[in-house]
Amino acid sequence: MALIDTINPLLTTGWSKGDAGWSLKDYEARGGYAQLKRILANKMSSDDIIAEVKKSGLRGRGGAGFPTGLKWSFMPKAAPEKYVVCNTDEGEPGTFKDRDLLRYDPHSVIEGMIIAGYAVGAARGYNYIHGEIFEIYRRFEAALDEARAAGYLGQRILGSDFSFDLFAHHGWGAYVCGEETGLLESIEGKKGQPRFKPPFPANFGLYGKPTTINNTETFAAIPFILGMGGDAYLNLGKPNNGGTKLFSVSGHVNRPGNYEVPMGTPFAKLLEMAGGMRGGRQLKAVIPGGSSAPVLPAEVMMECTMDYESIAKAGSMLGSGAVIVMDETVCMVKALERLSYFYYEESCGQCTPCREGSGWLYRVVHRIEHGEGRAEDLDLLNRVTDNMMGKTICALADAAAFPVRGFIKNFRSEFEYHIEHRKCLVDPEVQRMGSGFFKAGAA
Amino acid sequence: MLIDERGMNSEHDMLSPELSSEALAKIDLEVAKYPVDQKQSAVMAALVIAQDEKGWLPKETIAVVAGYLGMAPMAVYEVASFYNMYDLQPVGKYKLTVCTNLPCALSGGVHAADYVKQKLGIDFNETTPDGKFTLKEGECMGACGDAPVMLVNNKRMCSFMLPEQIDKLLAECN
Repeated sequence: MALIDTINPLLTTGWSKGDAGWSLKDYEARGGYAQLKRILANKMSSDDIIAEVKKSGLRGRGGAGFPTGLKWSFMPKAAPEKYVVCNTDEGEPGTFKDRDLLRYDPHSVIEGMIIAGYAVGAARGYNYIHGEIFEIYRRFEAALDEARAAGYLGQRILGSDFSFDLFAHHGWGAYVCGEETGLLESIEGKKGQPRFKPPFPANFGLYGKPTTINNTETFAAIPFILGMGGDAYLNLGKPNNGGTKLFSVSGHVNRPGNYEVPMGTPFAKLLEMAGGMRGGRQLKAVIPGGSSAPVLPAEVMMECTMDYESIAKAGSMLGSGAVIVMDETVCMVKALERLSYFYYEESCGQCTPCREGSGWLYRVVHRIEHGEGRAEDLDLLNRVTDNMMGKTICALADAAAFPVRGFIKNFRSEFEYHIEHRKCLVDPEVQRMGSGFFKAGAA
Repeated sequence: MLIDERGMNSEHDMLSPELSSEALAKIDLEVAKYPVDQKQSAVMAALVIAQDEKGWLPKETIAVVAGYLGMAPMAVYEVASFYNMYDLQPVGKYKLTVCTNLPCALSGGVHAADYVKQKLGIDFNETTPDGKFTLKEGECMGACGDAPVMLVNNKRMCSFMLPEQIDKLLAECN
């Protein structure tokens, strides 16, 4: 189980009992479904709910950080058939928060989606769940059964005029389906190749109907926002960065896991909560927002606070809140090679710059790592990224390019050393022991 | 949880491309999740159900799924070949998928894969001669905090797979 620690627990309130606290009974005992009941009993207007979400400063937790209330307000009022879709296709390397949300508190996501359905006028929703976490998909289905039996889902919910039903759809191994239109194609039973935008999903979404798509954590925050009020939620974080956020901390820390902290918490504090550096080793670099975010050197990261603006100012992205921590045992060329292979493997192939470019990036980084780099390779890599970024239907090409540019920009001398000396700057034995897989002294 | 859900219906003829009535009933439940004119949406789940029953997805079974959902066989094949976890070739009784992506690698993902390779004497995309194990390299499974992470037959996730845990898992797979 992923360890957690928290300041101001909201989303993680229900996690303290681990796998024993996810059921409907537990969720209701901690105030669950109270907001849905209040909305239905008071016949709250759609505009009032959206206004409250706007006030909260909640920004999409999947990575793009788009203001949630604004997104909801784009939904056409009059359309007869609309959808709400939750994106739990959590495949951005480093990110594992949504898995734990559905594992320990699935009903918060269900309540958030029902409220979203009410606010945007949708009668049906789908939660698209990453194929690799099939046990979590099953748990979500069990939670849906509970909610249906209790009258929170289905026709005329709790005796009101509002009807909404919700279903789970699983993926089966395709990173690109985390892109919202790729995800919609996938629900429609096709290859998950992203669509050209515009039109945006609010106008042309699932089955061509107006659709609101949000990340799992975004939906989970909705009941809390309506419970405490948009202003109070905003004040938990900092201006334009409302509320708390889950950060998935992985890599060379003593306690990898999910941590819920207010937006704007210093990175140094988050690192401390995660138990500090493994084995007391030196921090070398951090990828602050999932593998697509440019890597930052230790000294830059230690000055950052965990919010959209601070990380952007430092030259990276807060993204999904996946914090990948690397210590002095890491060879940066090898680290980039792992990432570049991933994007090469996951490019869906419909846009030439991405399909071909991601392969070029991987092959060139691979040859540097394997002692066959050429003096001109770093410029070649940057040139390939120039031909990828902003030139494709979706952002996967950019996501493949950003790490390459970030690694070269911030650790250029290590790449140059690798090319010149045809080997890692960091001793291979030091790298080997850094992973913690082998016990000291063992073969 | 059961390690292996595949081939669980022992009455069923594994060599026939047809699906058992149990499998079709499961597919019906998936179809019911979608609007009546959108049966195709159930194709991903249907292929998983078919793969569980057959152990992998022969073209003939893909055609059976297509017929059942009213889709062109090629449209179903496109889906089956796009998503990584569908097996279009036979695999061993236990398919082990090890994540070697960066966050996992920092905590031993690549070393865990090397360890399994050495233990089983096979490389990625190979099956042991006794047909028991197939090894695959996986991409992010969304569980980086539990690294090293492995999947057994797509549905069971194993966390913190250090040598001792890998030994235990391999011993458990009979």
